[in-house]
Amino acid sequence: MNDKKLIITGLIVFLLIVLFPFWYNRGKAVPPPEVKLTDKAKAAKECVLSKEYMRAEHMQILDLWRETVVREGNRIYTNPKGKDFVMSLSNTCLDCHSNKADFCDKCHNYASVRPYCWDCHVEPPKEKS
Amino acid sequence: MDTSRRRILQLLGLSAAALAAPPVLDALAAGPPAAEPKIGPAKGALTAKQWAMLIDTRKFKSEADIEPLVEACHTIHNVPKIDFKRWEIKWLWAAEYQHAFSGTTSLRFIADEVAHRPYLVLCNHCENPPCVRACPTKATFKRPSDGIVMMDFHRCIGCRFCMAACPFGARSFNYRDPRPFIKETNKLFPTRMKGVVEKCNFCSERLAEGKLPACVEASGGKLKFGDLFDEGSEVRKLIQTNFTIRRKVNLGTEPAVYYIV
Repeated sequence: MNDKKLIITGLIVFLLIVLFPFWYNRGKAVPPPEVKLTDKAKAAKECVLSKEYMRAEHMQILDLWRETVVREGNRIYTNPKGKDFVMSLSNTCLDCHSNKADFCDKCHNYASVRPYCWDCHVEPPKEKS
Repeated sequence: MDTSRRRILQLLGLSAAALAAPPVLDALAAGPPAAEPKIGPAKGALTAKQWAMLIDTRKFKSEADIEPLVEACHTIHNVPKIDFKRWEIKWLWAAEYQHAFSGTTSLRFIADEVAHRPYLVLCNHCENPPCVRACPTKATFKRPSDGIVMMDFHRCIGCRFCMAACPFGARSFNYRDPRPFIKETNKLFPTRMKGVVEKCNFCSERLAEGKLPACVEASGGKLKFGDLFDEGSEVRKLIQTNFTIRRKVNLGTEPAVYYIV
């Protein structure tokens, strides 16, 4: 064991490099995004389902909607409160949430999620503000 | 300690009861279950067992008669207009008699007027669609509710087996991103992306709103649309009272688009 010095120096350098990002970014957590609601969405008070459910599980409901509309041809979703919605991403969801950049994209970018909805579905025209 | 068999059985029974109690109590304590969301068809939606189209080709004299129908369809469905033939996308278009009906009818010594009329061709929404059998992802499927051969663009992987399987050439492949080629986007209907196949959908999105297909509406009565399996439907009656032909019936796909020649 004549390489003791070398090994220990190597280990220290290795640890320094590996831990550098943690040390460098300590105390600088990126604040979680805050989505902006449009006036229309605010006025409606509640989305299709509860806010908590929509925040965590909107992808589930979108998947259900796409499946039923495309494959079964059923287009009306009645929520537990008895309100009817036409199941459509572009025409129903984005009718209220017409601020895609401040609503969809903000969280998706933060979570590094890249849904490919907009490759086909038409996004609302950019809002002037 | 001496424990009798009786005592052990008593203890076992008690523990079982204790284990079973919480769920039962929970169920009793909870109120009536929350209402479930429901899913159903839109009110006023048009329904049928098998949608069919009847094209009165006698009323189409030149390509100018076909154009407005194609325009109506392609505009509302965001079909790109690409001039380069190999990348072309079309949902419905005009074909010559020899191309539309070769193999079905005789082409020999045919009347000039019949040979040179434009024939509107589109997806036949076959009763026995070969494209559906070819699709490895079930992206294209025959909708059991109304017989429309539908595309689920989400699932299409662009293998083009369906294009090879379709004897009518009714399907087009997006070799390019179609968006730059769409003049005016209809915001109510999605576009497609590069790498998926597309075709006529018998305007299923309009039927769901109680409207007839765009081409039928634009034709001013030259096209009829209705339920093939409803004996009272106009389409069925017209098929029974006129001589009609269909494209390539010898292949057994049972097209649902009928032509009065």
